[in-house]
Amino acid sequence: MTVDSTMWYLGRIVVASPAFVLLALGLPMLCNVRLSEKLQSQITKFGVTLGLLAATTILVLMLVTGKRHVPVELGHWVTIEEEHFHFHLKFVFDRLSVPFTILTFILCGTVGAFANVYLHRDAGYQRFFLLYALFLLGMVISSLAGTIETLFFGWELVGLSSALLVAYFHERPGPVRNGHRVWTIYRIADAAFLIAALTMHHLTGAGDFDRMIGKDSWPMGVSAIEPWQALAVGSLLLLAAAGKSGMVPFSGWLPRAMEGPTPSSAVFYGALSVHLGTFLLLRVSPLLAASLTLRILVIVLGLISAVFGSMTSRVQSDVKNALAFASLTQVGIITVEIGLGWYYIALIHMIGHACLRTLQLLRAPSILKDRQMLEDAVGARLDKKKPENAPPPTPFQLWLYQFAMHRGNLDSMLDGWVVRPFLWMFRLFDSFERRWTNFLSGGESRESDRLSPYSDSLEDVI
Amino acid sequence: MNELHLPWLEMSVLIPLCGAAWVSQLKNRDRARTISIVFSVITLVCAVGEWIDFSTLDSYGAHDHWDVIQAIFHRDVFVIDELSAPLLPLAALLYMTTIMTTLRTKVNRFSFGWTLFSEAVLLATLSCKHPWMIIALLAIAVIPPWLELRHRNQNTNVYLAHMGMFIGLLVVGQFLAGSNSDPTSPPIVAGCLLTAGALIRSGICPLHCWMTDLFEKATFGTALLFVTPMTGAYAVMRLVLPIAPAWALQSIAILSLTTAVYAAGMALVQRDSRRFFCYLFLSHSSLVLVGLEMVTPLGLAGALCVWLSVGISMLGFGLALRSVEARTGRLSLAGFHGLYEHVPFLASMFLLTGLASIGFPGTIGFIGTELLIEGAVEVYPHVGLAIVFATALNGIAVVKAFFHVFTGTRHTASISMGCRWTERVTILLMAILIIGGGLIPQPGVASRYHAARAVLEHRGIVDASQPPIDDDSEHETGLQH
Repeated sequence: MTVDSTMWYLGRIVVASPAFVLLALGLPMLCNVRLSEKLQSQITKFGVTLGLLAATTILVLMLVTGKRHVPVELGHWVTIEEEHFHFHLKFVFDRLSVPFTILTFILCGTVGAFANVYLHRDAGYQRFFLLYALFLLGMVISSLAGTIETLFFGWELVGLSSALLVAYFHERPGPVRNGHRVWTIYRIADAAFLIAALTMHHLTGAGDFDRMIGKDSWPMGVSAIEPWQALAVGSLLLLAAAGKSGMVPFSGWLPRAMEGPTPSSAVFYGALSVHLGTFLLLRVSPLLAASLTLRILVIVLGLISAVFGSMTSRVQSDVKNALAFASLTQVGIITVEIGLGWYYIALIHMIGHACLRTLQLLRAPSILKDRQMLEDAVGARLDKKKPENAPPPTPFQLWLYQFAMHRGNLDSMLDGWVVRPFLWMFRLFDSFERRWTNFLSGGESRESDRLSPYSDSLEDVI
Repeated sequence: MNELHLPWLEMSVLIPLCGAAWVSQLKNRDRARTISIVFSVITLVCAVGEWIDFSTLDSYGAHDHWDVIQAIFHRDVFVIDELSAPLLPLAALLYMTTIMTTLRTKVNRFSFGWTLFSEAVLLATLSCKHPWMIIALLAIAVIPPWLELRHRNQNTNVYLAHMGMFIGLLVVGQFLAGSNSDPTSPPIVAGCLLTAGALIRSGICPLHCWMTDLFEKATFGTALLFVTPMTGAYAVMRLVLPIAPAWALQSIAILSLTTAVYAAGMALVQRDSRRFFCYLFLSHSSLVLVGLEMVTPLGLAGALCVWLSVGISMLGFGLALRSVEARTGRLSLAGFHGLYEHVPFLASMFLLTGLASIGFPGTIGFIGTELLIEGAVEVYPHVGLAIVFATALNGIAVVKAFFHVFTGTRHTASISMGCRWTERVTILLMAILIIGGGLIPQPGVASRYHAARAVLEHRGIVDASQPPIDDDSEHETGLQH
């Protein structure tokens, strides 16, 4: 067996292992078979460990052989030869995807082990691990994608699992509303991504990354497209990345995402999911390099997000929210690094930050206990003493505090400028329709108008 | 013309007709339901048999073996081709699953006799290529829902006004079109009338209010069975496509696209679950029309794929909603109902089918939607963007409805709300079709592409003997052209 064929098989295992976990947990659920917690945990452990081992072996082989770009072709998923329509599944192992995949397996493995205890005997244990498997598969596919469609495939899986995990405690309306909010932002990001893909196809004639970012291995590729084309596609991808990473003006979903259980907050919104946007920017970095305007846009967006995140995280009264905005600060800085062309620094920063944030978020539920232990060890209170003669805050400081406290009013701005006008317009259309059908019917035409939001259920009637 | 090995088509029409006659005589509703299930299952077997038999013939069209109607009238009345072959099993599946998931709480309201009669009419319509026969059958299909509305003492003005207009336009249009029309010498007025008629039946904005009205006033099952087979789109394929010029069809596509976006937006503001479903379905069926009217092989293939995927997924989605309604009464989307813990199976089905309808990766709708967008962009680059916008809105609406129906509060039930075995079988069948079709899409796509080319060859747009126009760009993946 040659090195190439070994890597080809290992590459398949890396993708197949999370798919196996999803299948093994999803099929029994579909057939109404309840697996024991132990079995679910073992299946998850097996899949994550197998994927991690395979990915690590690929990394070792790449380092030993000096290969920097290992494509793993799985063939055409769909093909219409006459129209030259091919949807082929291609995964790429390179200096960007391999570290990110290994990071994904390590963090998901850690959080899986944590969640196994944290959610022990919880009614939603099975649901959590199913969504966890969906997330893992989505992350691995996104990380290794060799075509923009494959990346979109994984991107969507991550979005769905994240939104459903935010709404994990679904017997309360708060998490559910927040889950829907996250899903809405993700759908906007997905639409931007898809339009970018369509535009790219028209400009380059292909969805393969090779044509957009050059055939050289990452990050050496050189995009062959014109600067204005790079600006058009890149701006859309930047919008998609901003939505996925919770950058300004979409930052409102970050604290909402913390409604989910701590393990999912840690791995998804604190560590992995929040970096998917910056990962996308890194993946298309040659495209960014092709347009100076685009790079400036990336830097500006990163800077704004970093400053906003830094300010906001300082005034949060909840540890998970503070960490969420602290994550945004780092994501903003990583985006600036990408805009400046420091790709390796951005990659290292991303990995380091993901690990740190996972650790912090996993310890968040125990923070008071940790603090007490530290105070016991030190033998003194850890509170900082306020200076006795501190000057009163200036009006600008007060405004800044309020601004940070209200999280920049970004959510209300989006609501006021986008959501409400949209709903108002369609409610107006709805009222026109009502009048029209009333006119045709010669009276009230809608039985559903009499439906109360919490009408008696049939069983109550019985 | 090639022959099938058995008279599948005639059997598919005759069996539900016999079932309808038998069931309508029965007073015992439970027995009527059981017999209806048996007849609908046999019909499905015949329809699937027809599809398998036809696919082994490798022919564009075929008629029945031992064709009784041909022997008597010397005319091929029931003929299938690549376009209609998979639509028959889909229609039979639609009826079978609807009948199977009708619970006892609903058997007194839902007419099994008329349902089987409608099934026979629908299968006859889909087996028919003769324009006047299609128009006659489409007109007959309007009657059972009208009778039900009358039976329920509901106002039928909206329904009658639109359906009357639909039938009238088709009749006048076909009368003007004659039998010798073709796209090279298109009868413009006739084409416009036929198109207008078909678009009314499809619920194209602004003549869509009959659809929401039907969902308001008829039983959910009847409304579902009347709109989900997309016979309006079928009328476009059979009556309009053979005679209308490409430019006219592509112009109409803009209207369909507007409806798709409008309906997606309307779905987001609905407070009633049935109206929500209606708009969601309307948005999807309009997307099918967009693809049909593009008149390009890729766009048409995408539309035919989405036709099947939307048919299956929206059927599952509607049935899940109907099953929940059968347990709780009519649902408002203004509040939360928190039914997940009681009906997790239905909740999973609701989400899975909803996601499949928006073309979520890994489900049956994914590749079809990609093809549709690709085909649309080929003709109108900006149109593709609107499709993306419509699917994004639909996605938001689906998950919003899921959250409102199944989550958000804790529902206390004093009786078991668990699924019955018939519902479980239906859910599993739907899940297999949706996930199986999503993971192995190639056979379906190849079949629909072949059908699309055959349709276009008959229009004279694509020459079968000529290879497709080749350009330098190799289209490596799904979204490009």
